[in-house]
Amino acid sequence: MNNPQLNKNGELQHLLSTEGLPAPILRNILDRAASFVNVAEGREIKKVPLLHGKSVFNIFFENSTRTRTTFEIAAKRLSADVVNLNIGSSSASKGETLLDTVDNLCAMHADMFVVRHSQSGAAHLIARHVAPEIHVINAGDGRHAHPTQALLDMFTIRHYKREFHNLRVAIVGDILHSRVARSQIHALTTLGVPEVRVIAPQTLLPANVEKLGVQVYHDMLHGLRDVDVVMMLRLQNERMQGAALPSAQEYFKYYGLTQEKLALAKDDAIVMHPGPMNRGVEIDSSVADGSHSVILPQVTFGIAVRMAVMSTLAGAQ
Amino acid sequence: MNIHIKNGRLIDPKNRIDAVHDLFISAGKISAVGTAPAMFVADRVIDAHGLVVAPGLIDLAARLREPGYEYKATLESEMDAAAAGGITSLACPPDTDPPLDEPGLVEMLKQRARTLNQAHVYPVGALTQSLKGEELTEMAELTDAGCVAFSQADAPLTDTRVLMRAMQYAATFGFNVWLRPQDSFLARNGVAHDGEVATRLGLPAIPSCAETIALSTMLQLARATGVRLHICRISSAAGVEMVRAAKQQGLPITCDVSMNHIHLSEMDIGYFDANCHLVPPLRSLRDRDALRAALWDGTIDAMCSNHSPVDEDAKQLPFAEAEAGATGLELLLPLALKWAGQDKHALADALAKVTLQPAQVLGLDAGHLSVGAVADVCVFDPDTYWKIEPAALKSQGKNTPFIGMELQGKVRYTLVDGQVVYQSA
Repeated sequence: MNNPQLNKNGELQHLLSTEGLPAPILRNILDRAASFVNVAEGREIKKVPLLHGKSVFNIFFENSTRTRTTFEIAAKRLSADVVNLNIGSSSASKGETLLDTVDNLCAMHADMFVVRHSQSGAAHLIARHVAPEIHVINAGDGRHAHPTQALLDMFTIRHYKREFHNLRVAIVGDILHSRVARSQIHALTTLGVPEVRVIAPQTLLPANVEKLGVQVYHDMLHGLRDVDVVMMLRLQNERMQGAALPSAQEYFKYYGLTQEKLALAKDDAIVMHPGPMNRGVEIDSSVADGSHSVILPQVTFGIAVRMAVMSTLAGAQ
Repeated sequence: MNIHIKNGRLIDPKNRIDAVHDLFISAGKISAVGTAPAMFVADRVIDAHGLVVAPGLIDLAARLREPGYEYKATLESEMDAAAAGGITSLACPPDTDPPLDEPGLVEMLKQRARTLNQAHVYPVGALTQSLKGEELTEMAELTDAGCVAFSQADAPLTDTRVLMRAMQYAATFGFNVWLRPQDSFLARNGVAHDGEVATRLGLPAIPSCAETIALSTMLQLARATGVRLHICRISSAAGVEMVRAAKQQGLPITCDVSMNHIHLSEMDIGYFDANCHLVPPLRSLRDRDALRAALWDGTIDAMCSNHSPVDEDAKQLPFAEAEAGATGLELLLPLALKWAGQDKHALADALAKVTLQPAQVLGLDAGHLSVGAVADVCVFDPDTYWKIEPAALKSQGKNTPFIGMELQGKVRYTLVDGQVVYQSA
């Protein structure tokens, strides 16, 4: 089976998932992002002309102000023309199919699509459908993947920890429904992290999750011991209705990250969260705002990483 | 009309024949095997040199989509596909729109099928009105109209009291009840097997215990009511084991499997191939291997196409939103041959799973080439490979997980009631 993300030269054609990508491609994106961090952190917003004359269409079938905004900023700093479409409120509600919408946008000469959709596999479907000169970036599809989030997480880890090969990383929370967790797991294992743990009650873990190359813990007190990185996941309120959990209170007691539990991790452990946070549900405010937290730098790095992804795709032949 | 099929390799599982014999057909019936009957003058001679002459195939699950879903397929298109697939009898599930829950609908379907003069169509009636799982249908009237069994198709029947009553009522008249085991709560919103592929792709999953829990209920109720139960589309190793145990205990049940599940597993979903969005879901390799072994040892009686044509647009959607189903009528023969070839079974044994044994499930005197039997015959070239492409399929449904593959075994002639209803160019 051909990897749908790579072109015939083995270059990144689409970014749909962190799964199945060779480590050098991931490292190149992180290196390229590092070169943009200075651009991003400069006092005045510096533009680079790498996507000059290109049109980037943000098509969001699911609302997400934060992710869409960081993609928009990233594209603009690369000098692209950016069009934002909130499809949730237009075509789809008029009965137009996903691929009809895409065809219409292709007719407007889109060069790159940034797609968010509630269904797993939506970005793959679009990537299979579009002309070969068009690039697709998955900005989150159902429970499947959110590769730019995972890459910015990898960037953050490398920024604070320098290396991957000596780390112990714990991912805590709703793994079952999380596209972020899946993309993090593939990225971490590809980049050589020797020990990736997932910590969750059985109701929030998918079947055979250990096949993804992770160790399964149900108890935070064991799972957090001596870890270098704690990656928290957002807990959706609807989990209580689906009988996955009894209450937010009980969840916080057993799976919420508090100072006491964080003390089990290494002294220099970092705490990450993809946002938006539910304070008092999966993470205590004192941890979210505490000295181990790198949650806001994650957001900042997100722009540089998305610039790196877009410019990498634009450079593929 | 007298037809002489000469020089072919005649395979008749029931009569344990696998040798070069001529076949003689008169007045719609097999009139002789080997030497011509007295006074036989052929109106037509078919030279089957290098070809296999076998009983016509019998498919236990073919959705013809009429009435109600003519945009997916029509009786004309699907009956053509059946003929091209060497299928001479087929059972169609009741999940049409409206469902086959009234005698008038069944009579109309039978009548429409008869005018096409192709495969024999055996409607499976709805077990409950509108397939809602609440009230019984008029099973005796439906049987008079032509129904051969009663089923919920893929619609749930969660109320065990209704299920028990339905079985008791069917048992009273000696009717067959065909059920696909799936617990509707555990299967809710699921689109793939609860295994490593669904985990990797983030697809809502259906665990194997959704099958075994429902199966346990069905087997216990069959035992309690004495109904003749047929288990449809078994999909898991654990389910197979329960069927095997029930049969060993003497419970008079039968069981079928879809050809897709004999050849494919969750792995074939790959990167969200919506052609592999099937009901029941494709399960693990271990499950697939158990299904293959069970088909061989007789735990599973028959292999069916589970033909479910869907229109192209309905597959051009993200995996979970894409409509489940695949075309199958024209692939049943090549996929039976593929199974035999891979697992090193005799051709005759593979053909039995799609001819004689489904006939026995249906209670039909068919699926064999005995003298006096109805002349439903499939003549095929066992060696020719052909590529599964949309243009090569007569079915209006063009979606199948096997698209693009080359399969061995091509039908040359199909005869129903002694009439040639299909011949390839």
